[in-house]
Amino acid sequence: MTYEERLLEIAETNADIVVMTAENRAAIRSLPGRLGSRFIDVGIAEQTLVGAAAGLALRGRVPIVHALATFLTMRAFEFIRTDVGIGQLPVKLVGALAGFLSEANGPTHQALEDLSLMRGIPGMNVCCPADEDEMLDALTCLTGDRAPWYMRYNARQPAFRHFAPFVPGTAEVVTEGTDVALLTYGCLTRECYEAAERLGDAGIAVRLVNMRTLKPADETVILRAARETRLVVTVEDHFAIGGLATIVAEVAALNDVAVRLHPIALAGRWFTPALFADVLECEGFSPEQLARRISAALAARKARDPIHA
Amino acid sequence: MTSDARATLSARACRVRERIIRMSAGGGCFIGASLSCADLIVYLYASVLNVSPETKTSAERDYLFLSKGHDVPALYGTLAEFGFFDEKRLAHHLSPRDSIYWHPNRAIAGVEFHSGSLGHLPAVALGVAMDIKMTGGSNRVFVIVGDGELNEGSVWEAVLVAAARKLDNIVFIVDRNEFQANVRTEDLVPLEPIEAKFAAFGWGTDRINGHDFDDMERSFARLPIERGKPSVVVANTVRGKGLASMERRADRWFVALTSKEAAALIDELHGDAEVVLTSEARMVR
Repeated sequence: MTYEERLLEIAETNADIVVMTAENRAAIRSLPGRLGSRFIDVGIAEQTLVGAAAGLALRGRVPIVHALATFLTMRAFEFIRTDVGIGQLPVKLVGALAGFLSEANGPTHQALEDLSLMRGIPGMNVCCPADEDEMLDALTCLTGDRAPWYMRYNARQPAFRHFAPFVPGTAEVVTEGTDVALLTYGCLTRECYEAAERLGDAGIAVRLVNMRTLKPADETVILRAARETRLVVTVEDHFAIGGLATIVAEVAALNDVAVRLHPIALAGRWFTPALFADVLECEGFSPEQLARRISAALAARKARDPIHA
Repeated sequence: MTSDARATLSARACRVRERIIRMSAGGGCFIGASLSCADLIVYLYASVLNVSPETKTSAERDYLFLSKGHDVPALYGTLAEFGFFDEKRLAHHLSPRDSIYWHPNRAIAGVEFHSGSLGHLPAVALGVAMDIKMTGGSNRVFVIVGDGELNEGSVWEAVLVAAARKLDNIVFIVDRNEFQANVRTEDLVPLEPIEAKFAAFGWGTDRINGHDFDDMERSFARLPIERGKPSVVVANTVRGKGLASMERRADRWFVALTSKEAAALIDELHGDAEVVLTSEARMVR
């Protein structure tokens, strides 16, 4: 099943659902004919898109709003914060081509601060599904929730089968291990899964955690990772500021737990525009490179921290 | 309009202005813009909007969105006038124990949505108007926008989209008081000809005297101005209207009066005194 098939299924059982877009139809191309007046394309006008979604929500609708992640969360930021956020309206924002998924578009299209921006809004929730399967489960869950949500659209095929039901604030612990906790989300879950396999082959036991939602974040899983493993590694296609690494540091510090944290993220610069596989290669996020970086970080940690050696 | 009807409206508008003046004491408010649209808001609630304290949450009600949220004292005063809440509550203006502050919010009965950041409610109103069309309703959505607010690009996005979707249930009322916060509109970013701009975007347009109830009756009785098109009524108004000491003064955007000055201004409102204001003008934008 695809995203739009699931969305249609949800819309057919819930008459309050309206599907909106700012002329970004890639994921919802078949819906205009199927949903009739419940498909609303306002044209390339993200501010009006979000403001109108707030108005529709005031009338009892649940708008599912689609645009490119950069333009949705940044061009329309104040509309999200002021109309949806202050209003606490059940608007669901779906950002396409977030993070590395913008591939060769260049910095104008690189949403690397979308999660930081969205999680800063009181009452806004943030979801980053690992793949298409998880995105469909998430979509069903979010559309039934009264809160506003931001979701990074991610239709990559799954690297593994999800066994736990999608519950906001509950991370999925994919593999167990106590050498390294590898925390990630979204489209890099596959690369992390493959990196964890490589590390396992080299005798490093990796606890791979798919965060699924960054807000609410699963604090229990984060604190367990900090307490029970030698090194916590976060991997994300986001700026180092405001994303998962920041969340882990916040959660640990606020709970008086020391964490040995090694963030792998974009450190204050845009990534090299290219096709997805080449972006991973250029930026050091291919499974091989991730395994190497994590292995080196663990060795460095052991050298600095002989008690745990 | 009968002379009785006109007199009743004038008396209501006068009471609303008294309330605005009282809210200008003890911390102050955006008095100039509130006085410019007071007659319009009173007329809308008295004669146009299908909404009352009893129907304020009905799905069939007419909506009024105050997009230029800083003129909310005029709305507070009018909602109290028509019984949406007890007038005594206005004494809580700016109290941390109530929600009657410098911009509107939904904790006040009758306020449809919060505003204050200019250029937002045209889009929100668009969403409401679309839903009404989708559900086959006949209710209408009015939006009061400031003339200075027309500087915001998001207004024109919503204007384009409303026309594209043929939303003839939406009515913008431009409070054309010719001032932005600090300067005259035409000295900064000229807006005229306003009707021609909206007409070019596919809207029906009209221009009225925003202090003349007969003119309002004529214009609002024939909405939508053109079938299948959104309507805009540009209302020529006077910033600070009703107080000779304040009218058309750029430095009387936001004022914090002493209670003595407020009392003198209420006398001036009733034509009983001439007032020379001495309190400092506060520039907050």
